[in-house]
Amino acid sequence: MSELIELQNVSLKAADMVEEGRVHKDLYSNPEIFEEELNKVFNHTWVYVGHESEVPEAGSFKTAYIGRQPVILSRDRKMNLHVLQNRCRHRGATVCEARKGKTKAFTCPYHGWGYGLDGSLRALPKPEEYDGVFDKKEMPLESLRVETYNGLVFATFKDDIEPLEDFLGGAKKWIDLFMKQGGGYPVKVLGEHRFNFPGNWKIQLENTTDAYHFPIVHKSFVTSLDEATADIFDFLDGEGFVEDLGNGHSVMVMIPQLVDLEADLDQPIPDRFAELAQALREEGKSEDEVKKLVRAAHGTGFNLNLFPNVSCSMAFFRVLRPVSVGETEIQHVALGGEGAPEAFNRKRMRLHEHFQGPMGFGTPDDGEAWERVQKGAQAGTDGWILVNRGMNNLHESRDGNVAGAVCSETGMRGAYRQYKKMMAAAGADQTAEESK
Amino acid sequence: MKSNTELLAKVTEFIGYEADLLDHKGYQEWLSLWTDSGLYIVPADLNETDYLSTLNLALDDADMRRMRVARLENGESVSANSVGSTVRMMSRVRVLEAGDDLVIARCAMTLNELRHGKLVTYPANVEYTLKPSGDSFKLEQKVVKLLHADGFLRTVSFIF
Repeated sequence: MSELIELQNVSLKAADMVEEGRVHKDLYSNPEIFEEELNKVFNHTWVYVGHESEVPEAGSFKTAYIGRQPVILSRDRKMNLHVLQNRCRHRGATVCEARKGKTKAFTCPYHGWGYGLDGSLRALPKPEEYDGVFDKKEMPLESLRVETYNGLVFATFKDDIEPLEDFLGGAKKWIDLFMKQGGGYPVKVLGEHRFNFPGNWKIQLENTTDAYHFPIVHKSFVTSLDEATADIFDFLDGEGFVEDLGNGHSVMVMIPQLVDLEADLDQPIPDRFAELAQALREEGKSEDEVKKLVRAAHGTGFNLNLFPNVSCSMAFFRVLRPVSVGETEIQHVALGGEGAPEAFNRKRMRLHEHFQGPMGFGTPDDGEAWERVQKGAQAGTDGWILVNRGMNNLHESRDGNVAGAVCSETGMRGAYRQYKKMMAAAGADQTAEESK
Repeated sequence: MKSNTELLAKVTEFIGYEADLLDHKGYQEWLSLWTDSGLYIVPADLNETDYLSTLNLALDDADMRRMRVARLENGESVSANSVGSTVRMMSRVRVLEAGDDLVIARCAMTLNELRHGKLVTYPANVEYTLKPSGDSFKLEQKVVKLLHADGFLRTVSFIF
């Protein structure tokens, strides 16, 4: 029998809603917890803002978000990267609304304050009214700490957290493996798909380390593949695994034979890549190069989840942005090779279109499942979400980490452990601005 | 401006016929409207015209169209099963080029989708490249330029 129950479980703090193996459903639906997450998680860690190939030249920029805060990733004339708050120091208007582009300056549309690519305030109309009030040097766009690893650009509001490479830790090895999919060319962003879903950001965070759903949710995608490719995606009984890499990061290896794209180059070319192989031969590529490019065209056989907002997922980057407690925006960023043969990059885009984005054969079914989770999480007060799959079958990985079966929820538990740590942190209640 | 009213009527009739097939899920008949080399394209970047060298939301050749239809029809896709129905209005039809071998036309579309009891609207410009065939046409290319193509879309489990 159901009893009259309170609308929300107010007795628990967010950090107490995460236990090893289960998380409380209010974490998906309580707006106060969402505000706390923006502060304690997104304002207190390294957040992915873009790939270096998106800002290739001096003057290149792209806009991004850290939680709800708009930022600009720019490259200055000395080729240094900057991440700047997208807020004029005068009256607060955004100084850039374009998604990406090339510019010499960011000019506020309201009163014409002009900022350089490094954020410095260069010029403003009628400056004499500020004589003796402030010096231009004191009013640059606020900049964030920015560090990169193997092309991935991260920024943080915090000056006192560990360097990016320490934060990535055990994930670095997997980033290096992931970046082999340029087929001998540097990995380059080719474009992106953007969509949103009416659900909490953590539902997406969990999904990229969830192999269990694949044959169920993506049955219609697998049906659309040829038999040999469908076999590759039949990985739940295979030798794959999920490894907890620490700091909330994890890797889920679904197709072990596609971990290192520069190994096993003597394999025969699969049927679905025959046309690509022929096009590469016609471009004059040697048989060795053809095999290397064809193998790279597959993408890797693993998803690398980097807490809190990006995943290097088989062949693309999946970037999430929390918009509100019940809305999340997602970018599926397509990748190819800088200077790689056109046929290779085209094939990569066609494969991306096949599964990813709002019209792919995979994403809409994921979106449906996530929407149902958000809706179902409203039922009852004391409901818990299970993330305990495979807790009975853990082992130590070669790198000394906790690992479970490919369809275990080891990666989710790793992410929630980091989440719990950050949400429980003492002194994390201050805003990013106050912490500066 | 002088119109070829007979051609405009034929093109408008074809566009209405195709739209009716899609709203009423007559997908197999829709597949038969295409030439073998035809491309169904929903661009992600409205400034691009070299669709093959660009990432699109969809770029379907004959194989991909067949697979897309199979996905919508075979009952395996949970999102396709959740789409109630769509109603699309096609209007403002204009013939841009009237050749003997190809006719190019453009129109406005407002597609309404009902899913989980919620209405979602998709305004778009649609460009048709039509190959005269008997009394009617075959689709050589259809480009659906969604007004909010570069925004954050909801997921799509129907055909524009």
